[in-house]
Order: sequence, then C-alpha cells, then structure tokens
Amino acid sequence: MQQQRFFALRLSRCVLALADQSARPAAADPGGGTFPLFHRASPPSSVLRNEDLKEMLESNKESLKLEAMKRVVGLIAKGKNASELFPAVVKNVASKNIELKKLVYVYLVRYAEEQQDLALLSISTFQRALKEPNQFIRASALRVLSSIRVPIIVPIMMLAIKEAAADMSPYVRKTSAHAIQKLYSLDPDQKEQLIEVIEKLLKDKSTLVAGSVVVAFEEVCPDRIDLIHKNYRKLCNLLVDVEEWGQVVIISMLTRYARTQFTSPWKEGASFEENNEKAFYASDSEEKSERTEAEAYVMDPDHRLLLRNTKPLLQSRNTAVVMSVAQLYWHLAPRHEVNLVTKSLVRLLRSHREVQYIVLQNIATMSIQRKGMFEPYMKSFYVRSTDATHIKTLKLEILTNLANEANISTILREFQTYVKSQDKAFAAATIQAIGRCATNISEVTDTCLNGLVLLLSNRDETVVAESVVVIKKLLQTQPTQHSEIIKHMAKLFDNITVSMARASILWLMGEYCDRVPKIAPDVLRKMAKSFTAEEDIVKLQTVNLAAKLYLTNSKQTKLLTQYILNLGKYDQSYDIRDRTRFIRQLIVPNEKSGALNKYARRILLAPKPAPVLESAFKDRDRYQLGTLSHSLNSKASGYQELSDWPAVAPDQSVRNVEVVEPVRARSSQRFSLSGPASSSESEEQSSEESDKTSSDSGKSSSGSEETSSGSDSQQKKKKKTKKAPQKKSKTAAASRCYLFLRGKMVADVYSRASFQVTAPSFGPVKTYELLHHMTGKGLSAKYHFPRQPCLHQPGMVAVQVTLSNGSDRSLEEIHVGDRSPASLNIHCFNTIGEYEASSWCERLYLNKLLPLPEQAPPLPDKPLSLNNIDQAKKTCTISISLPLVHDCCTLYNTRPLNPRAHAQTHTHTHTQTQTQTHTDRDTDRRGSTLKLSIAGD
Amino acid sequence: MIHSLFLINASGDIFLEKHWKSVVSRSVCDYFFEAQERASEPENVPPVIPTPHHYLISVLRHRIYFVAVIQSEVPPLFVIEFLHRVVDTFQDYFGVCTEAAIKDNVVVVYELLEEMLDNGFPLATESNILKELIKPPTILRTMVNTITGSTNVGEQLPTGQLSVVPWRRTGVKYTNNEAYFDVVEEIDAIIDKSGSTITAEIQGVIDACVKLTGMPDLTLSFMNPRLLDDVSFHPCVRFKRWEAERILSFIPPDGNFRLLSYHVSSQNLVAIPVYVKHNITFREGSSQGRFDLTLGPKQTMGKAVEAVLVSSQLPRGVLNANLNASQGTYTFDPVTKMLTWDVGKINPQKLPSLKGSMNLQAGASKPDENPTINIQLKIQQMAISGLKVNRLDMYGEKYKPFKGIKYMTKAGKFQVRT
Repeated sequence: MQQQRFFALRLSRCVLALADQSARPAAADPGGGTFPLFHRASPPSSVLRNEDLKEMLESNKESLKLEAMKRVVGLIAKGKNASELFPAVVKNVASKNIELKKLVYVYLVRYAEEQQDLALLSISTFQRALKEPNQFIRASALRVLSSIRVPIIVPIMMLAIKEAAADMSPYVRKTSAHAIQKLYSLDPDQKEQLIEVIEKLLKDKSTLVAGSVVVAFEEVCPDRIDLIHKNYRKLCNLLVDVEEWGQVVIISMLTRYARTQFTSPWKEGASFEENNEKAFYASDSEEKSERTEAEAYVMDPDHRLLLRNTKPLLQSRNTAVVMSVAQLYWHLAPRHEVNLVTKSLVRLLRSHREVQYIVLQNIATMSIQRKGMFEPYMKSFYVRSTDATHIKTLKLEILTNLANEANISTILREFQTYVKSQDKAFAAATIQAIGRCATNISEVTDTCLNGLVLLLSNRDETVVAESVVVIKKLLQTQPTQHSEIIKHMAKLFDNITVSMARASILWLMGEYCDRVPKIAPDVLRKMAKSFTAEEDIVKLQTVNLAAKLYLTNSKQTKLLTQYILNLGKYDQSYDIRDRTRFIRQLIVPNEKSGALNKYARRILLAPKPAPVLESAFKDRDRYQLGTLSHSLNSKASGYQELSDWPAVAPDQSVRNVEVVEPVRARSSQRFSLSGPASSSESEEQSSEESDKTSSDSGKSSSGSEETSSGSDSQQKKKKKTKKAPQKKSKTAAASRCYLFLRGKMVADVYSRASFQVTAPSFGPVKTYELLHHMTGKGLSAKYHFPRQPCLHQPGMVAVQVTLSNGSDRSLEEIHVGDRSPASLNIHCFNTIGEYEASSWCERLYLNKLLPLPEQAPPLPDKPLSLNNIDQAKKTCTISISLPLVHDCCTLYNTRPLNPRAHAQTHTHTHTQTQTQTHTDRDTDRRGSTLKLSIAGD
Repeated sequence: MIHSLFLINASGDIFLEKHWKSVVSRSVCDYFFEAQERASEPENVPPVIPTPHHYLISVLRHRIYFVAVIQSEVPPLFVIEFLHRVVDTFQDYFGVCTEAAIKDNVVVVYELLEEMLDNGFPLATESNILKELIKPPTILRTMVNTITGSTNVGEQLPTGQLSVVPWRRTGVKYTNNEAYFDVVEEIDAIIDKSGSTITAEIQGVIDACVKLTGMPDLTLSFMNPRLLDDVSFHPCVRFKRWEAERILSFIPPDGNFRLLSYHVSSQNLVAIPVYVKHNITFREGSSQGRFDLTLGPKQTMGKAVEAVLVSSQLPRGVLNANLNASQGTYTFDPVTKMLTWDVGKINPQKLPSLKGSMNLQAGASKPDENPTINIQLKIQQMAISGLKVNRLDMYGEKYKPFKGIKYMTKAGKFQVRT
C-alpha cells in the first residue's frame, strides 16, 4: 500500500517535471544535441506515435505497457530519439513484470545522462533492489545504478559498490567489479577509494570475479603493480577455470607483471659473474661443478608457474585466449619454448577472416625474428585466390620473411603464380616481395632479375611499373654490367605511364649514364619535349638526369640541359623551382658559385648505397604482440608499455601468501606444511605425496627440468623446517613449493574437478581420520569438507572421503550403503567397480556428485611414473554429500564451510579384499564394513 | 573495452545501434564507410580502422557488418571473437542471422546484447546461460505469452553462472536420452596446373548434439588418436586426461555444441578425393575462348562423392559462356563473372563434364591468368583421415543413452589452379 502511495507521489512529480520541460522546449532537451538530425527531421507522424506510446505507458494494463516499451526499445535501436518519453517510462521502473522492468532499465541507461533530474527519481528503487535476497536482482540493480551517468549519485554508487564487493554472491561481486570502472569513468576523483575496493576484490577466490576485477585494475590503476604481488600465484592457479574473456585480460596483465618481476630467461648465464668469483677460491673439482650450475639460468618458480599454467589454454576454442597465450610465451618464455605456440597459431588461420588478419599480422612480426618457428608450416601461408586482399598481402609478407636458401626455389615458384593474379594490387605486392627475396638471398638475385625483366613486357601497367621500381633497386645493389637491362627499360620508356616507374627509369639513366652513353641523351631529348606534361616526381628526375648528363657529356646535352632548367625555373611547383635553382648553381660555373662548383661531379655522381628492402613489420615488435597498437602500428590510447626485464629480480618474497595454519593437531594437510604436533607418519605421507607430484609435474611440462629440481631442493628445506612451531618460520622456498604442487593439481587430469577439490588449500583443510590404516588392515579413510558449493543440490554439503589402500588387495564395489536415518538425503554415486591394489590409482573424484568415471582402476599402462610412487600409498578420494539443516548458500561463499548442523551420514563402504580375479568376488568376501560417521563441529 | 556496436547492412544503412557506455554518435561510422568505399570487395574492408578518437573493429558475416567502437587499447582478437560470438548467438536464437530476423526480434536482440556485455566486458556468452535468461522466441511461446502474460525473461540467476560447469544447466530432463556425434573433416588443398598437390591438409571437427538427463559424464576414445596433431577443445573437455590418455572426458553442455576441432598431422599424405581435367584457353586476337572441364573420383575408398559444386571466377574480359553440362546445371553471372556448376553426385562410369566456349569482349587483350577452380563436395560415412571413434561411455547416470556417430568428409578450401 505504502508503495502505491509512493508511486502516486512520484507520478505527480514526474508530471510536474514534464510540464516544466515543455515550458522551455529548446533548452531543456540536452539530448537534442546528440542527434540533432533525427530530432529535427522527425516527421509529425512520429511525434503522434510517441504520443500514443505515452498513453500506452500510462495505462493500467501490463501488456500495453510492455508493448509500448518494446516499441520504445525499437526506436532506441534505430537511433531515433525517444527522450521525450522519459517521464512516462521511468514510472515503470518498479514494475513487477521482469521483462518490462528490464526494458525500462535499457531505456534508463540510454537517456539518464540527458535527463538527470528525472533519472534521480528511479534511484530509490535501485537502492531497495540492492537489498533483495535474490542475487540476480541485486546484481542487475547495481548494473543499472552504476550505468546511470549522473554525477550527483556518485556517493550512492560508491556506497553500493563497497557493499556489493562484500556480497556473498560472487555474481554480485563480479558486477561490482564492473561498476568500479563505470564509476571511475564518471568521476576519476574517486580513484583512491576505488583502489581500495579493487584491492579487496583482487583477494577474491572466486573464478567468476577474477577476470572482471583485473579489467577494473587495468582501467583504474594499471601502475599499482604492488597490488598484484600477493595475488599473483592465486591468479596463475585460477586461470584455467576463469571464463575465457577473463583469461585474456588476466594473461595480458600477468605478462606485464612478469616483465617487471623476473629476470630475463633469454640471457644465458645471468648469474655467472657472481658465482665465478666464488669459484676462484674454490678447489678445482668444485669449480667445475659450480660452473655448470652457474651457467644454467634458474628460472624463478613463479615465472615457471605462469608459463605452465597458461600452456593448456593454447587449446582453447577462443582465439583471443590462444593469441594472448602466444604473446605471453613470446614475451616471457625461454627461446626454445616459444615454438610451442606455433601450431596453435597456425590453427587459428582456419578461423574467420578477421581472426586470420590479426593472427597473420602477429605471425609476420614473429617470423622476422624467428624464421625457424614457422618454416615447417610454410605451406599454410600459401595464398588462395579467394582470400581477401589484406590477407593475401600478409601471407606474402610472411612467405618473404620465411624465405631462405633452402626453400627459395619453392617460394619463387609460388610467387610466379601470384604475379599472374587477377588482383593487380596483389600482383604488384608480389613483385616487391620477389625484390626482397632477391636482395636477401644472393643466390637467386640473377634469377629474380631475369624474371622481373620478363615482367616488363607484361600487359598490365601496374605490374610493369612495380617491376621497374624493383629492378631499379636491385640494379643499385648490383651495379655491375646490367646495361642490357637499362637499355631494355629505355625502350619501354615510351609505353610506361605510371610516374613512379618513369622516374625510376630516368634515375637509372642518369646514374649509369656512362654505360648507356648513346641512349641517355636521347631520353633527355624526349623528356624535354614532354617536360611540362609530366608529374612532379618525373620532372625532378628529369632535372637530375639533365644535370648528370651535363657533367659527363656536356657537348651533346648542354643546350638540352639549359632548356630544361629554364622550364623548371618557371614551373608551378616550389620543389621543382627550388631544385632547378640549386642544380643551376651547382653545375653551371659562374663567379658567385665559388668552391661548390668544383665538387659538382662528386656530389651528383657519388656512389650511392643500395637501398635495403625491409619488411613493413620490422619495427612492430616495439609493441606488445596481440595488442591493438601492434595491429595499427601506432600507439593506441591507453596502451601500457611492456617494460624491459629488470637486471636484478625484485624481491621474490613479496608474492608469498601467508597460509593460515590449522589449530588442530591432527591435521594432515596435503601439500602444505603441517602443524607442529602431527604424527611423523602423516608427515611422511604428505611429503611423499608431494614428492611424487612434483616429479610428475616435472614430467608433464616439457623442459622444466630446473623447476622440478628446484622443487626437490625445496622439498628438502621443507623437511628441515617442518618441525617449526609456527608459520612465521616458514621459508619462502617452502611456500613456493607448496604453490607448485597446487599448480600441478590445477592442471590435473580432471582439471575442473580437481581444482575444486584442492581449492580449499588456500585456507586450511581440516582432515579427520575415519579409519586408521592399522585397524583397517591397510585401508585408511579420512574425510574433510571441501569448501565449495555442492553442484548437485544447493541444499547439500559436499564431504570428501579419501580412501588409501595400503593393502596388497583390491578394493571393490565402493558405494554408499544404507541411508539411515531416513531424514538424511545422500546423493548416491554409482558403485565404483574395483579399486585395485596392484595398479596405481591416482585420485578418484566423485566431485560433489558429478559422478565419476566408474572405471576406477585406470588402464595399467597409464603413463604415470610408478617407480616414483610408494606402492603402499594409493589414495582414492570420493565425496558424498549430505543435506544441511541451514540454508546452504550462506555457507559457500567466502568463509570456510562450517557445517553447523549436526548432520550425520552413514556410509557403508564395503571394502573387499580380493585375491586376483573378478570371478572370486562372491566367494572371498572377507572385507569389513565401514561405517563413516561424520559430524560437523 | 567495447563501447558501442553498430550493425550495418550491405547497402550501408545503420539499422541497429547499442551503447554500453556513454553514447557515441553514429557519425563515427563515416570512417567505416570511407574504408568501405576504398575496398573493392566487401571482404576487403580492413577489420581494424583507426579514427581520431575511436577505433573501429568490424566483422562481416551474413552480409552484415558488425562494427564495434573501441576507445582504448584492447586486444583486437578479443573484440573480433566476441562479435563472432554475437553472430553465433543470433543464429542460435533466430535460426538465421539476417537483417530481417534482427529487425523482427529487435527487443530480444537488445535484451541479449544487454546481458552479453556489461560496461563493454563480456558477461554471459554461454548459450545455455543466455537461454535461461532470455528464452528464444518461438511461435508457440509468443502465443502463450500473449495469453498468460508471462515473459521471455528469466527472473533467477542462471544456474550455470555460479557452477564449475557453466556450460551446463542443472535439472535437465529428457524422455529420450540421446547423444549424437558428427565427425566432419574438411580437406584444404591447392592443386596445381598439372594436377599435383601443392599443399593439402585435413581439418576436422566433432560436433555433438547431446540430449541427456542429469549430469552425465562422458568419455569418448579414438582408435587412432595419434592422427590428431593439434586440437582445440570446448571448455568442458578435461585437458589433462587428454594429455595423459588421449581420451576425451567431459560433462557435455546441453544441446548442440562443438566438442573438438583438430588438425591432422601434416606428415600423413592426404587423399585427394577428386581429380579435375581442365582445358581453358584464350586465343590471342580472337574473341572466343575454350572451356573444357571434366571431374572424376580419385581416392574415395569406395564411397560416392556427392553434392559436388564447382565454381570459378572467370576473367573480367569474359562476356558470356556457352557451355554444355553433361550432368547438373551451370550458371554464369555476367556481372560478377562467377561461373557455378552444380554437379551433384559423381558417377564413376559416366564422368561429368562441362564443355563449350566463352565469348570475350571484342578488342580486349587475352587475360593472362586462367581462373582458379573451387570445388565443394561431400563424402558420407567416411572421415578422410581415417579417424575412428572407438567407444563412447557414460558415467554418473543410470539410464542407457542412445548413441550415434556419423562421419563425413567435405572439401574446405579446395582450389585447382589452371
């Protein structure tokens, strides 16, 4: 009721405002400026239609309003001005009909900036919606509120953002990250406060938030690299699970970060000098070993972590992700690892034309520096007649870059086809490419030159002109007897009309006039006749030719030269008059010219250096690959420079994250340092496990030898410090090691599932013992509550049970037993057929009821290093879920899952030991029945 | 990030605009029109155009330019990929992505664009999430909505948004549980004048249509996974499992999706399914040219070559073509000079041929290049690389699904130079 009254009040205010507006029609419409054309041109009929729209909007019928709003949105979409409907529309902002409401939002966001006063009327609705229990409504309210570009509500927005940043729903937090940028663009003065929010959101562990907050970071404070330190490892590890658009921005941000934090992997023996000094004092044998160690560059483990975690993303279906990983490898990876990205980039060439264009541009830049990278894929760059012109030119560019002695004949054969192309611009580009190949590879220069001379008789003008220009450049690089070619060109001179080509021929005549002493004066004679009708560039070269001939052969050409100089003196163009005056002073001796005259010959006929034919992509590598700036070859606004590698790496420990130690004594945290009182046995296990994982990870990523060895040594350190009483004494190395292992986990076989399982290792995981392996005759069971929402049902809680089979028998038929009490609802997973002791089973995730592949024992030939694994430790992790009395969605956001309810689950795990074969199953049933009893604290 | 979006049709009208930040005047598109005028073909408009204050990044699909306005540095591929995703979504929703379809559904389009981007950054691009937010328009639903007054817009946050499997919604139910997989391979090849292969490679995709109840976990294994040289996955595929065992293990999205695209390693020799005998000549001084083309099957492993379509861009000087097709029909467009010949199925006993003469412009000189011939074809029930799916298993759900796998080979960019 109250709400209705509220609306009535607002309505009257709206009407007032409307009346006010109509009183001063011209000035009150700031929106008119945006589309003056449409505004003024709108015929009277549209005004009428808007009139009936207004009526519809003000009617009581929901369906009429909706219909009207749809038409209004249609107007907006067409770019027509619908701002005069603002008062009528804004009234419907609190409508119960969700579609109507959404359409009103669309309208509001579009016109609020123009009608600020009226827009304010809607603010309270959003403020109320921000408190809604439905997260979706909260999020969309924040979206609209922050999109209304009205400076007066900045404080309200700030408040809403701060609140939303602490919201329980990650979706709302994501929206708040977007709102940060909107507020920043509206009012840059809020920067400091916004940075605080960004800092807070950067710590967020949700994959949903990560991408958006990094966008906000890039927009608001890209220079505050210090905010990243603590979140660096988390971002690296989350990366695989972040949505694809977020991956792109995170990867490009991390590229920039890594260039400021790590030392260059490209310099060999960066730490050589330092160790050399030590070696001086050491004994000979030691020196040897020290040397080899010193020469090997040791990559910062965090650097390696980034490279390893981005590698799987090369397989992404999103081309932008693949490109961003490629640029990351290009800018950060050691030289020999960059080749990894080649295949994926070539794959992108199958994609849409626009994608091809960008990818080819990047390949062009890469192929200049690293020919070897793309040479095996040369044929992928062959041009098809159906390619768009800009694609063709780029492919040509790449082929030229890839040309070397071995493949030049293939490439030239291919070029021959291109020259004949119907697309003449492309044919001309091919001729230039041939010229470049000819200068770069001396073996084929003559062949190319002959080929180009043949092209001089081509029917197409552009082809001929381009050939002339290229031949001119080639002749310059090889100034030996090529008078035949010059003569041939002189013969063609009359037929060529393209000015650049004519100018080139004239220049050649002048430059090598001693080789063609008879022809050159004749050409000059012809030029004198047509001088006035020529293009500027041709005129300039004519003047040049005249000057050169005057110096070498003044008897024949004196009069001609004077005639041309006189023509030039009265030319319309400044340049030509200027040049003529200069040349006259230089070559014709008189009393004023003085000393310069003597040197005229040396000035004009000096040997000139040959032009270097270079790729247009030569200097593009100053921009980060994959960026807009690189694509345009000019700095785009907002481009962040990629810094050079620091000579000395900044402190690594800034990236260490304090792991909160569990208080409980019986916590055998996997992969993290255990508490002081943990039994030696569990300690043993965890270190063994981590041993195996680290060696695994060494295997999985090619060429990361130094990493695994690095983590090995850290392993030792960890063992040393493991008895340390408090987390403070934890060394940086150990914690890095811990992250390593996590890194491996993330990229595990069941990458998504396993990530979820290991997610809690950001905080403590309390593991509870269910069955000791002594009582269980080799079988032990532990369980813990993984801290993430249950996928199956929101009202359920995931429990993860880890079974370790230490016996030499197989486990069979692991399943959930009777469910008692009946009030409990356990999501059953399917029976796990068999869990063999003889073969190693890495981990089984019934990840929160995404039921797992049944075939528990993977194939025996599974490429896991069996020898590294203690046969006795075989772990099987399964998880079951149980309902919770309390509303569960409050549990799974930020705080650790803490099942307050005294929920109990009774799981019967039939363990069954079995001699050898499956057939014995029924006869040899001497397994025990476990009763898992799980109670929250 | 993305500031605004303009949709421009073939005749150069801006028929839709959407702004995610402040409004950018549509006059910014003038720079685009300038570039369009300079380009000889619609495809030749450069994808990235700088203007004094903005950057325009455009894609052309279905003869509509999707022009995004950018204000500051952003990876261009990011925008391009997103624009393509928009087109895919439209296609998914309306069946076709044409100007008419977009205009008819302008409200849905607007609602979609609103949900897909927030402040220029992609918010929801997964089809299943979008479909929960905004239901695709169907005739039936429109009728129901008008009667009951319910709407097309969802009120709840789509379940996918928060889950670890954002591509799948929960609570999927089907009476018939079925999973179909199409292995489609395309041959990209350039054949030179003499019939020898200059370059040939095979690209393939596995498209799936999965309609399964609940949360099934599927694994798909191949008889010969070694063939696959380079792959890209739908995000649902567990990458490490593939690395270790060469098995595709995934929780599938609901409905149609592309599971995998792959590239067959280039060491393998590619079987070329058809050969072309051609004789296209222009004589100097005469206004006649000869055109003679015969197709025949080459390495097809006993399967029939179907749906053959030959097209060729004839030189500009050709005025008309007077041809005789032994099979199928041919058309010649005198404006674009495009010759298309719809052959249909190749009968190995009676090879299809297209013979006749071409009339050239009087007085014009002989064209120096012979046209290239583009060929499209289809071979059913065969993947030309020899890739075979071994088995498909389902875990996690109790019912027995119906499974089906289909193979097909197509010609991709298959060109014969003459």
